[in-house]
Amino acid sequence: MRLVILDDYDLASEWAAKYIRNRIVQFKPSADRFFTLGLPTGSTPYGCYQKLIEYYRHGDISFKYVKTFNMDEYVGLPRAHPESYHSYMWNNFFKHIDIDPANAHILDGNAQNLEEECQAYEQKIAEAGGIELFVGGIGPDGHIAFNEPGSSLVSRTRVKTLAKDTIVANARFFGNDLSKVPTMALTVGVGTVMDAKEVMILITGAHKAFALYKAIEEGVNHMWTVSAFQQHPRTIFVCDEDATLELRVKTVKYFKGQQPTRKWRHLDKPPLREGNWTNGIGRQNLKEQTHD
Amino acid sequence: MPSNKSVSDAPITQFINCRILRDNELQREDLWVREGRILDPEKLFFDEQGYADKRVDCEGSIIAPGFIDVQINGGYGIDFSQASENVSDGVSFVAKKILEHGVTSFCPTLVTSPPEVYHKVTVSFLSVLPQVKVHDGGPHGAGVLGFHLEGPFISAEKKGAHPEKYLRTFKSGGLEDLMEVYGSLDDVAIVTLAPELPGSQSVVRELSRRGITVSLGHSAADLSQAEEAVQHGATFITHLFNAMLPFHHRDPGIVGLLTSDRIPAGRTVYYGMIADGIHTNPAALRIAHRAHPSGLVLVTDAITAMGLPPGRHTLGQQVIEIQGLHAYVAGTKTLSGSIATMDMCVRHFKQASGCSVQEALEAASLHPAQLLGISHKKGKLDYGSDAGQNVENDFLPFKLPKISVYYPESQRAH
Repeated sequence: MRLVILDDYDLASEWAAKYIRNRIVQFKPSADRFFTLGLPTGSTPYGCYQKLIEYYRHGDISFKYVKTFNMDEYVGLPRAHPESYHSYMWNNFFKHIDIDPANAHILDGNAQNLEEECQAYEQKIAEAGGIELFVGGIGPDGHIAFNEPGSSLVSRTRVKTLAKDTIVANARFFGNDLSKVPTMALTVGVGTVMDAKEVMILITGAHKAFALYKAIEEGVNHMWTVSAFQQHPRTIFVCDEDATLELRVKTVKYFKGQQPTRKWRHLDKPPLREGNWTNGIGRQNLKEQTHD
Repeated sequence: MPSNKSVSDAPITQFINCRILRDNELQREDLWVREGRILDPEKLFFDEQGYADKRVDCEGSIIAPGFIDVQINGGYGIDFSQASENVSDGVSFVAKKILEHGVTSFCPTLVTSPPEVYHKVTVSFLSVLPQVKVHDGGPHGAGVLGFHLEGPFISAEKKGAHPEKYLRTFKSGGLEDLMEVYGSLDDVAIVTLAPELPGSQSVVRELSRRGITVSLGHSAADLSQAEEAVQHGATFITHLFNAMLPFHHRDPGIVGLLTSDRIPAGRTVYYGMIADGIHTNPAALRIAHRAHPSGLVLVTDAITAMGLPPGRHTLGQQVIEIQGLHAYVAGTKTLSGSIATMDMCVRHFKQASGCSVQEALEAASLHPAQLLGISHKKGKLDYGSDAGQNVENDFLPFKLPKISVYYPESQRAH
């Protein structure tokens, strides 16, 4: 695991966006070889999306050969509803970039048969060749996507009933009317995200600090489903200072010590990664973070 | 081609880099149009997996809905009230020219005239010249929403420039008088009449029932007569302040409708303002606007001479003289109509009232659409609305920004 700690939300968003940008650019996607990206929603990745849009506008990146798969969507919420994840992705990301609409996949919470919809989604991911980079967030209860506490760590895309905590937390988006908040959602499973080649989790804010502690300093536990990624070969946790508040000083110092003394300037040029398995680039002599 | 063609394979145009007037505010959003309708891009993206064929860079301009002029008597030498052989050509000519001012829909207005004129103009369209029926606009010219018949059932005392000898009253009891004079009501959108004329109530009711907007004007009615007419269905006031009793603090007259408490619930009384700086003193314009901002409808009341050089010209049955920006009944100082264009009116209104850009634009687009009950299709840039719209550069007080009118299924109209 890599734990990347930035001073604040904006810097964390920027780091994450640059990382995504660089991965896509290095991959050199083309019509025969798409870059598959898993995407989250919510307030945490918002800054990251803003930055990606900025890079697109600046000409640093194109999403023409990128396929995206969102993590989740509410069940029964009209797609045009301002709180649906379709609306979120459209307004905050898709409408500003050049992605081909046929390549932007989001689970359909209004499908006739939800089971089939979930299976079809898994199928689409498989047909796309699996996910290169899955970006996700973490809930205050340590969940990834809607894999609430108690979800199987080998679960696949399925219908989930939302935890009471989640419904209450979401009420603020529905006029504080609990009856209007959706109670079910379609979500990719923990297993689905684990299948990705690389996983990047964004965590910002003090209210997520305890979940981060449980996710990386305690054991793998289905009550804190993000902890499953301790068993993934290539995970990055990107967070701000506030999110580290529940970690041991030793942990924070250890990971900060791994960060280069220059402030990530090397990220401004898409780096050639050492031993990059996706494009077989040979070893380069770089002062660079190594993966475990 | 960008779209899975599940809905349509017509080309899609996307206007970028613009501010659009939507939901009463200027939003920084792109505008998507297909086949003359405004498109919901989110639906396009998810349902049809489509994107734009063509992008138009607006360079920061404002996109506003096309203006709707509900009172225009002619222009560029054409007088709608002149009973000529080829009225429809005249209307089409003016329709094309007013596109330059941002007007994409209008109501050709006929002033008080003898019955033959009305019959020729309204009835002949049915049988001979179908193209001057109500029709949509396009790059060929603004759309005709229907006629505005201003008179002859108006007050002699407040006739303004209308010829006295053709004024009429309701003799036989309402509808018969109308049909005798007008011939047909099929393509009529608005009728202006004086409510103090005996027998007007049943006329107002009948016209409202038929979906024709009834407007009060050229009238010496007091407030209670005006309110009664509103209760029977009148919804508009023809050029407020002009050709009516002046506001008096004990009897506000028709002007009092702006703040009357006897308007039926859910109904709005709209009022036309000729904001050319001549027909109404800016202070009076401000009073009306502040009293009832949502009812203000900008009209040009433009006459034949609009667009023409100074001199003498004909309007209805009379001769008009142009002096600078003023148009008088020849030999008098009675204003006979304006020669202002709609875009000038919008700018003057904004400058004189100090209102926001959105309000000024809405007074020329949304409000007339609401008045005529067509706001689900026109006057707005909402998804599904008809897409005749203006692209305007920012409003600067002393510069005249450029207006381009787009009918996007083909190229630029002007």
